[in-house]
Amino acid sequence: MNKSVFFGAMTVASLAAGAAAAGTLEDVQARGKLNCGVTTGLVGFAAPDANGEWQGFDVAVCRAVAAAVLGDGNAVEFVPTTGKTRFTALASGEIDMLARNTTWTLSRDVDLKFDFVGVNYYDGQGFMIPKEMGVASAKDLDGATVCIQTGTTTELNLADFFRANNISYEPVPIETNAEGQQQYLAGACDVYTTDASGLAATRATFESPAEHVLLPEIVSKEPLGPLVRHGDNEWGDVVRWTLNALITAEELGVTSANIAEMSASAGGSPEINRLLGTEGTLGEMLGLSASWSKDAIAVSGNYGEIFAKNIGEETPIGLARGLNAQWTDGGLIYSPPFR
Amino acid sequence: MSDTSASAVAFVRTESVPASAPPSNAAGPVKWVKDNLFAGVGNSILTVLAILAIYMVLSKSMPWILNGVWDAPSLSACREILNGETGACFAVLSERWNQLLFGFKYPAELYWRPATAFVLLFVAAAPVLFFDLPRKLLIFTGLYPFLAFWLIWGGPIFYPLIALIGLIVAYKVFVAFEKNNFTMALGLGALSAIVIWYLSGFVGENSALLALSLEAVPSRDLGGFMLNMMLGVTCVSLSLPLGIALALGRQSSMPFIRYICVIFIEFIRGVPLITLLFVASVMLSYFFPPGSGVDLFIRVVIMITMFSSAYIAEVIRGGLAALPKGQYEAADSLGLDYPQAMRLIILPQALKISIPGIVNVAVGLFKDTTLVSVISMFDMIGMIRGPIVASTDWNGIYWELFGFAALLFFVVCYGISQYSQWLERRLATDHR
Repeated sequence: MNKSVFFGAMTVASLAAGAAAAGTLEDVQARGKLNCGVTTGLVGFAAPDANGEWQGFDVAVCRAVAAAVLGDGNAVEFVPTTGKTRFTALASGEIDMLARNTTWTLSRDVDLKFDFVGVNYYDGQGFMIPKEMGVASAKDLDGATVCIQTGTTTELNLADFFRANNISYEPVPIETNAEGQQQYLAGACDVYTTDASGLAATRATFESPAEHVLLPEIVSKEPLGPLVRHGDNEWGDVVRWTLNALITAEELGVTSANIAEMSASAGGSPEINRLLGTEGTLGEMLGLSASWSKDAIAVSGNYGEIFAKNIGEETPIGLARGLNAQWTDGGLIYSPPFR
Repeated sequence: MSDTSASAVAFVRTESVPASAPPSNAAGPVKWVKDNLFAGVGNSILTVLAILAIYMVLSKSMPWILNGVWDAPSLSACREILNGETGACFAVLSERWNQLLFGFKYPAELYWRPATAFVLLFVAAAPVLFFDLPRKLLIFTGLYPFLAFWLIWGGPIFYPLIALIGLIVAYKVFVAFEKNNFTMALGLGALSAIVIWYLSGFVGENSALLALSLEAVPSRDLGGFMLNMMLGVTCVSLSLPLGIALALGRQSSMPFIRYICVIFIEFIRGVPLITLLFVASVMLSYFFPPGSGVDLFIRVVIMITMFSSAYIAEVIRGGLAALPKGQYEAADSLGLDYPQAMRLIILPQALKISIPGIVNVAVGLFKDTTLVSVISMFDMIGMIRGPIVASTDWNGIYWELFGFAALLFFVVCYGISQYSQWLERRLATDHR
């Protein structure tokens, strides 16, 4: 190809991308749809059901943002992305935000030029063993064979943990989670290790989940959260405060059941009034309607309801709140005040 | 005479003895078994081993298949029904049947459209595949791509219609000028089509034809086995003519054309298909402004077509090289020009030689369409690996789904292979 044509096309493309990135909020409002990047399928976090409707923990964040911006939780175009295509999809402007259980790391934030707007799930690497092994702590796993996905951070975390505790292990390298599941069930390894939420989801698919236990040790930090492009702070604020609204709603006891009643008129609690837009102009500051957070919370409830419905203890995945409990209950889920 | 002979001989049979059955060990199934299965010590041992192996496979798989559960809402419900017994959970196939075939976003009330297009595909392909059928049927084959496009994607009939009219005009122009100069006719034909398409832009906006429209379905809503079939059929039928052109171009005596073809073929063959697909899905979106740009389906079709046309070109070049030089010289001595010689003498023979190779590429290409699942298109494998296995209901189920996918692909690929063998027998003109 002619070089000058090539660079010309590059310039035009980057100019156009820059122009589009300047006002994602206006773009979304003009389009009438939010383009939200999700995974191609992860149990509990995002997957279409039998009717083709996307469901899941990350999906609920997309729907809440769409409701806050457009007033309709169904005005979302879900763009499925793989681990390989997710960052280019966001950088190129194909999607407005990415909610795809993506770990917040320095290099992704700084080098890839994204903004993580918060954390909606604190994950960490855990261990699963058959109950009959009778081991209560990962520190007693001396000499165990461990199924581990190669080329991941979990592999490095595992080595660090065993070295720090001065015990030995024998790795059984595997390629995918599905393979790990089969190897572990076939007895090729004593221990299976990956993110704790993944372990819980995997265990839920076993024929007899009760025969396997997750050990209490969590050996790494995996804060997962939605992210947007660098350089469009207005849009970043919208996504950030929509997530915060879901969290604050749980803290203040606003649920999908009582939100209609609470938002009808200003009540006794000033913070709830500010959150739901019956008092103050928080929505206007964000460039949204006064009922933005009410719409966002009404779609699938507050943070706690979303958690319980998709991955909580009542579901087959059965994750306990743990680190993801509200700060008032000893967890890490904490929203800055609505003021 | 007869009287004397009758009296002279004591007994003469007047009819022949009816043939008695051969000994039981020299005919029938017993002989067959003896000859084919137990013809010697070595053969007998192998037969016993083979029967054992078949028994072991069937004794494990048959209860699993026959005891399968076809109706359950989730994997755990399935396991409850089975209650610890061996059995497959085919319920995932019945519950997600439409998703496996059409993807999860194609509107359910419109399934009849791709289904109709699929049935009509056979009508359209029949006159091309079986040339004993009346040639008039080829008219429908020509109409089919536009009809199928309209059925699957919907939208106003205006656009496929204009595309069709442009091509018809181009063909008429080509036929009119073909006798004078093949190349000029080709150029004029292309030009007239472009003029028609350009002019249609002025009529388009307020045309009554815009009203005649089906509900539009965007490309990213396509999925399932439908997507594999669409990619396979489109790319095979596009890459065949392109591959012929490339093969001829590579043999051309004009250096410019030859180098372009050589560079194209060698470059494409040197790059893995998955790389091309990543370029189609990821890189190209950097070059277009967000929201515009070419449809992902078309980008993927272009990439797969380029890939397979390079292979088909090499296969056909093999066919061309296998023809004796005398054939080329014979064509020249008849006074045929290059296009005539190629169309009437060389290509019919070269293509016949190339059939096994071309079918090989076509089967490989059809299976390669599953690679689009890595660029988050939900073809059949994408549907299985993504939405279905990742749903809370069906997480942990593998054999049933991938077995079903394997079965569908096997049926299609085996069909293609059987057709090609029939075609080779049908076209056999040598004297073996």
